[in-house]
Amino acid sequence: MSIEVRDIAKSFGAFRALDGISLDLPKGELIALLGPSGCGKTTLLRIIAGLEKADAGTIRLSGADATDKHVRERQVGFVFQHYALFRHMSVFENVAFGLRVKPRGQRPSEKEIRERVMRLLDLVQLGWLAERFPSQLSGGQRQRVALARALAVEPQVLLLDEPFGALDAKVRKELRRWLRRLHDELYISSIFVTHDQEEALEVADRIVLMNKGRIEQIGRPREVYEHPATAFAMSFIGTANEFRGRVEGANLRVGNDLLPHGQAGLEDGSPFVGYARPHDTEIVAEDTTGLGIAAKVSRILANGAAVRVELVANGPAREGVTDYFEVDLTAAEIAARGLTPGQRVRIRSRRLSLFAEPRR
Amino acid sequence: MGRLRTSRVLPGFGLSLGYTLAYLSLIVLIPFSAVFIRASGMGWDAFWHAVSDERVVASYKLSFGASLLAAAINTVFGLVLAWGLVRYSFPGKKLVDALIDLPFALPTAVAGISLTALYAKNGWIGQYLEPAGLKIAFGPAGVLVALIFIGLPFIVRTVQPILEDFDTEFEEAAATLGASRWQTFQRVVLPTLLPALLTGFALAFARAVGEYGSVIFIAGNIPMVSEITPLMIITKLEQYDYKGATAIASVMLVVSFSLLLVINGLQAWTSRRLGSAT
Repeated sequence: MSIEVRDIAKSFGAFRALDGISLDLPKGELIALLGPSGCGKTTLLRIIAGLEKADAGTIRLSGADATDKHVRERQVGFVFQHYALFRHMSVFENVAFGLRVKPRGQRPSEKEIRERVMRLLDLVQLGWLAERFPSQLSGGQRQRVALARALAVEPQVLLLDEPFGALDAKVRKELRRWLRRLHDELYISSIFVTHDQEEALEVADRIVLMNKGRIEQIGRPREVYEHPATAFAMSFIGTANEFRGRVEGANLRVGNDLLPHGQAGLEDGSPFVGYARPHDTEIVAEDTTGLGIAAKVSRILANGAAVRVELVANGPAREGVTDYFEVDLTAAEIAARGLTPGQRVRIRSRRLSLFAEPRR
Repeated sequence: MGRLRTSRVLPGFGLSLGYTLAYLSLIVLIPFSAVFIRASGMGWDAFWHAVSDERVVASYKLSFGASLLAAAINTVFGLVLAWGLVRYSFPGKKLVDALIDLPFALPTAVAGISLTALYAKNGWIGQYLEPAGLKIAFGPAGVLVALIFIGLPFIVRTVQPILEDFDTEFEEAAATLGASRWQTFQRVVLPTLLPALLTGFALAFARAVGEYGSVIFIAGNIPMVSEITPLMIITKLEQYDYKGATAIASVMLVVSFSLLLVINGLQAWTSRRLGSAT
């Protein structure tokens, strides 16, 4: 089912949770609503589900206006962060719930219910736990039961609110991969909310990046990672070294240092913030040009073939803040360069993403 | 080895168990056993005669019947009250919340007098009910009204905290699965509240069975019609028939205790199903 969100606004008291959100989500995709906590992503998900009412705007599901439709009639499956399994029902009864509450005419027979529930439990690999109660399951198992329960009513769209938020790192990673596989099997339009950029990059077909009740960027994970549309997108997704300063010809003046920005036609003196990924940042020796940000190697973190070098800004700290930088190198490069902690170097970027800042 | 086996993580097991048993014996068990010891001194025939007297049997029916009915009525309406207090905010909510406890604090005789004044033929409410054929004061219905009055806080106060902890997420989950409000209440909310409701029911019932002060004013105390068992005990005492009084008291004790045991058993069973016990 396609989802169209038009100019949705929602306030809680004086706080604007959503500020004119518009979205077009095509059928069959797995979409991540990504953003820091308090950015409005959960509120948007709840409005799409019909659990919350928007102050303004419309929601269209499969082309039909669903703005005033009750959550019962929207045919959405919703998975809650804390599972919300019914504690007094067995796993089987939890999954069967949606079938048992159907009006008498549409309710499947007891035999059909049995078959469907067991098929779903097998799909989430929990058939052997059908008679257990939720309190006897682990967190990951509970979340899979919650998913099977949501799928039992054959929803047109699956909405997941921080589905892996309450799980530990290992289970999280497993479930993530599993959700992706499940989606590819069932091909059901799904939206999941997360604050974990890694999760969004790994699982989603498309990322909707939100900040302060607005959408910052919509795009494929690769697109969002490689071509961030805004300074926020750059700093929120992936790791990036930040350089804040003013344009001075071909360079950006950052404190006492000059960083080549490699772009033409920038007005002298205008404030910019530049970002460079760790793998687009290079460490150079002090040379006569004096170009690059002065820094000191603080730690060298070996992690397999890739080595991450952590550096601290050298020279006068800007505005009382200590700047840290990260550079990715290979173990061979480190050895060849003879880099050691404490060494004074300069860093430059091979590819700097520049974003204009308001003049102060 | 012996030392290892008896060492526990929580210290003081012996002391606290000893204290619990000693205190319970002193406050509850010894007075109760005195009732049985006194009653047992009267011989089987005399005992049977005292407890199976027609008037006394009628009073059992009224006492236990009205208490069960009052507790049941309170369970329904107490739940509604607790729901209103937890789920909605309205001006004066704190005041209403405090009002709930009033039947706890009021001397029961005061409650009896004011209820009687309200429901009597010339009272505020009674003047409209009586011409309509509803005689409340000075009859079994009056007993029921008094028992409902004193039992209400028990239900509200036991259900309220459970309802406060009950996340709306469960109801939202039921709604996304297509359940109507009534189905959600019946299949999701009610089973969760059941242990608390049963506890409240047991407390309200126990209170009602033992209630004396408020009932005797409104009951009218007509033999065979509106006499409660505690009144029968007092009547015996006033006639210096101490053995007869303790005989009736022992019957009350046994019946109340067995009923409470059954309700507590139900309560434990339902809460185990909720997974709160391991």
